[in-house]
Amino acid sequence: MNAPAITQPFWLLAELTYRCPLHCVFCYNPTNYANIQNELTTQEWIRVMTEARALGAAQLGFSGGEPMLRDDLEILVREARQLGFYTNLITSGVGLNATRIEALKVAGLDHIQLSFQDSTKEMNDFLSSTKTFELKKNVADLIKKHDYPMVMNVVLHRYNLPHVDKIIDMALELGAEYLELANTQYYGWAMENRDQLLPTQAQLIKAEEVVNLYRAKIGKRCKILFVVPDYFEERPKACMNGWGSIFLDIAPDGAALPCHNARQLPGLDIPNIRDHSIREIWYESQAFNFFRGDQWMQEPCRSCDEKTKDFGGCRCQAFLLTGNAAAADPVCSKSPEHHIVKEIVMRAQQTSLPAAHLGVAEHPIIFRTDMNSRKLNIE
Amino acid sequence: MIDAIPDTPTESLPEYPRLNRLFRLQWEDAQQAYVLLYPEGMVKLNLSAAEILKRCDGTRTVTTIVTELEQAFNTTGLRDQIEGMLRAAFEKDWIQ
Repeated sequence: MNAPAITQPFWLLAELTYRCPLHCVFCYNPTNYANIQNELTTQEWIRVMTEARALGAAQLGFSGGEPMLRDDLEILVREARQLGFYTNLITSGVGLNATRIEALKVAGLDHIQLSFQDSTKEMNDFLSSTKTFELKKNVADLIKKHDYPMVMNVVLHRYNLPHVDKIIDMALELGAEYLELANTQYYGWAMENRDQLLPTQAQLIKAEEVVNLYRAKIGKRCKILFVVPDYFEERPKACMNGWGSIFLDIAPDGAALPCHNARQLPGLDIPNIRDHSIREIWYESQAFNFFRGDQWMQEPCRSCDEKTKDFGGCRCQAFLLTGNAAAADPVCSKSPEHHIVKEIVMRAQQTSLPAAHLGVAEHPIIFRTDMNSRKLNIE
Repeated sequence: MIDAIPDTPTESLPEYPRLNRLFRLQWEDAQQAYVLLYPEGMVKLNLSAAEILKRCDGTRTVTTIVTELEQAFNTTGLRDQIEGMLRAAFEKDWIQ
């Protein structure tokens, strides 16, 4: 039996808060976020960053929730930068005003990724280019003024896929240099809303055609990435590049997670940075060693010649769809439970598309709100 | 049959090469190497690539870089190697 060699962490994701002014239906945050209180203090975050950096982590993402809601963000960025991290801010832009972006620049922030919000009203605003557009336009101008590349991320689903041309037009109008069109991944709130959000194959094909037309037309002006939802694939994603391999996520309450959604997996003893050093967490904790290497794998992964490529896919997806976190990710066509994914996709093809707006489908869509969070998670 | 070699359209190098603003060059203790950091990624550099890129600050011409490195390493004839590396870096958008 070979114990897997433990590599150094590379990515530290600092989920500073689960609080967020938006109510995105595709959010991957846990649906019980409203019960997760007790955010880490500035000093605790500094300790996390210092210890993770000492272990070799070089990339740092400030995320959430909306990280701009932390008024110590500038302090954290400055500390991170002094430690030598490459600092990335992942924000909806709400709260990013002239004063704060100036302070973040001075603090040494390296990079901003502006993500697009989305809910009924917001999406309609967005599609009709009114209020939301103005907000984004202001933020985009600030980003450019401070010599950051304009990187935009828009999450796609069945309601906005037919409008992908408008989305690209708007990104171009905002001066985006990179546009990531990422199809929804089904975790957290997105999982609750999956049957609403999952597109049809025809929609995806059409959208990809549109994207390719734009790519040919705009050339180097803006680089467009189009990420297909993995439910439509035959092989799973190499989730987190392997469990406990490069990715360390610290949740707002100090929970240390091998992936954003690990909290929901059964049998894991999730360590908290309030009780352990990052070194102990990364190298010794039960949770980070649970799916490390390939000893945990079952067939067909165990004997699969692709197991070093995709590591059996996503543990959370395996659990959510098959009930067994050690099973092959059923996205894989080699999985004996691949039919589960096929059936979900098939069902999506048959559901007719509501005319134009969210919320008029048979099952109401569930917005990410504190009230819904509590309702979904009554003990 | 030298004529048969396709005419590859080589973009000429910038006169004063400088690192793309997306990239940061720094020493990484954990890697025991110089690295280029960029959004969500990292490239590990060998020593000669690092020595060349360190000098891409927008104030030096390619010729200055060559001269400096030949002096630093007490040698001559580095131009081809350095230009080759810079061209590769330019294609990857590491330098502008």
